[in-house]
Amino acid sequence: MKKQCMVLLVENNAGVLARISSLFVQRGFNIDSLTVSPTEIESLSRITIETTGDTKTINQIIKQTAKLNESKLVFSVEPEFSLIREILLVKFATDNKNADKLAEVIAAYGAKIIDNTGGCFVVELSDTPHKIDDFLDEVKGFELIEMCRSGAIAMERGSVAYDI
Amino acid sequence: MILNGSEILANVLIEEGVDTVFGYPGGAVLNIYDALYKYSDKITHYMTAHEQGAAHAADGYARSTGKTGVVIATSGPGATNLVTGIATAYMDSVPMVAITGNVSTPLIGCDSFQEVYITGITMPITKHNFVVRKVEDLADTLRDAFRIAASGRPGPVLVDIPKDITAAKTTYFPKEKSNAPLRSDKVVGDVEEIAELINRAERPFIYFGGGVRLSEASAELRELILKADIPAAYTLMAAGVLGYGERNNLGLMGMHGNYSANCAANRADVMIAIGTRFSDRVALNTQKFGHNAKIVHIDIDSAEINKNITADYTIIGDVKAVLRKLNPMIKEVKHDAWLKNIAEWKRDDYIPEDSNEVLKPHFIIETACKQAGEDAIFVTDVGQHQMWAAQFLHHTKPRNFLTSGGLGTMGYGYGAAIGAQVANPDVPVIHFTSDGSFHMNMNELCTAVSYKIPVITVILNNAVLGMVRQWQAVFYGRRFSSSEPERVTNYAKVAEGFGGIGYRCETPAEFEAAMAEALKANGPVWIECVVDREEKVLPMIPAGGTVHDTIFK
Repeated sequence: MKKQCMVLLVENNAGVLARISSLFVQRGFNIDSLTVSPTEIESLSRITIETTGDTKTINQIIKQTAKLNESKLVFSVEPEFSLIREILLVKFATDNKNADKLAEVIAAYGAKIIDNTGGCFVVELSDTPHKIDDFLDEVKGFELIEMCRSGAIAMERGSVAYDI
Repeated sequence: MILNGSEILANVLIEEGVDTVFGYPGGAVLNIYDALYKYSDKITHYMTAHEQGAAHAADGYARSTGKTGVVIATSGPGATNLVTGIATAYMDSVPMVAITGNVSTPLIGCDSFQEVYITGITMPITKHNFVVRKVEDLADTLRDAFRIAASGRPGPVLVDIPKDITAAKTTYFPKEKSNAPLRSDKVVGDVEEIAELINRAERPFIYFGGGVRLSEASAELRELILKADIPAAYTLMAAGVLGYGERNNLGLMGMHGNYSANCAANRADVMIAIGTRFSDRVALNTQKFGHNAKIVHIDIDSAEINKNITADYTIIGDVKAVLRKLNPMIKEVKHDAWLKNIAEWKRDDYIPEDSNEVLKPHFIIETACKQAGEDAIFVTDVGQHQMWAAQFLHHTKPRNFLTSGGLGTMGYGYGAAIGAQVANPDVPVIHFTSDGSFHMNMNELCTAVSYKIPVITVILNNAVLGMVRQWQAVFYGRRFSSSEPERVTNYAKVAEGFGGIGYRCETPAEFEAAMAEALKANGPVWIECVVDREEKVLPMIPAGGTVHDTIFK
């Protein structure tokens, strides 16, 4: 089993997300995270999906999604040639004793405290999913109140251009 | 030209060459039916007893002609009644356009009367589906639907049209039907490498499926088979692609296929799978199927490659285009030793016993086949009779055997037979069914009577759900749970009640006479054949088994 990030460029139609998620459920594919966004082309949406499966399943996922009429391009994203990013928002209760220690960890990961009211820190971190996991491991000893993360978005490095 | 949505629909159907549609009217499609009234000189609408029958009729029309079948239903229950018919077409790659009405746009999402989210319901069973939100988009959406349904690997497409869109007016710009090819000639894969593999093979074997029929590649397949002297067996979806008794045609393979064909698949050193998908009814055990062979998989749909089994060599492309490239690279050889081997296995092929007194399933199928002639179209429902028809018909033409293979839809046959007869008024259409399947959709007799559609229905009545009972007999210690319904239906009387003709036969002589009468009748006929409930479909490989597990009695 491996984790795989993939990008789908799809027609920006009502129902396209339902169609893709329906396909995943129907065929028993996993969705670990899913992000939908507009693109540089107005008629297209970009869906980034992180999934888990063996090589055979991942190949099936890519082929089955590529077969959908509204899919214009589907490709897998390999971390060594790509930038994969996620955003984390996390809220900690702070007291005077641990605030400094927490601030150190936050600084070490290049995260930002974007709110500091009501005895709480709201922290924002944008990084690879792996780094975000590490950060969350590191702050386990602190009083975490609330957390959300965005799901990955991805782009290939360099001048690689897709052709639709 | 300013037209309303319904008139635009009629015009696009005419553009696409559609002269026959099946369906059932209702509130949300009143405008569409008003347009069908107006254009009735160009489009003939056949109203069925039930929308499911209409969907199967569009399917039978499509399978028997290669043209795209069209079905129309109203919103809500009309649309949901199509679901089984659409799923049946989807599993067997049948080109179909289903048009559903929906409630008017402002009523959508309000749980309005007869509202249902049919595009959501049919997402996993259509190649694609559309909701038309503006009348200006209607014509091009319908053209797209026809294009998608027929191109590449065909399949059903649903277009949902809210009632206000069917009434709204806009300018209609006529367009000629697109003449771009439905399938490209592009072949992806190393054809030369595969040709070499075939040329070096000692025990080559071809396993072919419905893709060969859809690609109309019988001639190319035959050329390969004869040139390289390769034995070939087919799946249920490819019956008739090669003629009965043709050289190297090993017949049906799979769960109820010929023992010799399954032995050949098991022993081959090169297996060439053409236009097929290694379904669990053929590759019953994916670990052991073709395990002595290098497997070559040729298919138009890249998603089928390495889905059910992992192939050693693959080519993606339309079967006809692939074979046209491959065949010239194939050497003329003979495989006498290999074919002799297969001939020895053939001696162990299952042969049913004849009887002069009682009706044996193979006798019924063979007699109907002989009397109806080479051009006849045979349609089945699902179960034992379906397998007997697959085994004992002398299939000769690729589009003359219509059966629900992938979905296995009991109740498919009568609607499909009606559709096939409408499309082919000059040939006999024989519908084989059973008491189980026929009780699902026998109501379509009213359609056959109203339109004088002379389908002959042969009911193999063993008074039980034969296939369910067979599995219970073999695998469940003869605990016949809900498979012996003890129905006392008098088929001849029911047929008569609907305005048709009915016969009941208990002996071979009675069946021969009834069949001859039916072929002369100018209207629908039912022939009930009394069959012993202990009759089994043999041979049989249990689910997950191999040829070594074949059951012969």
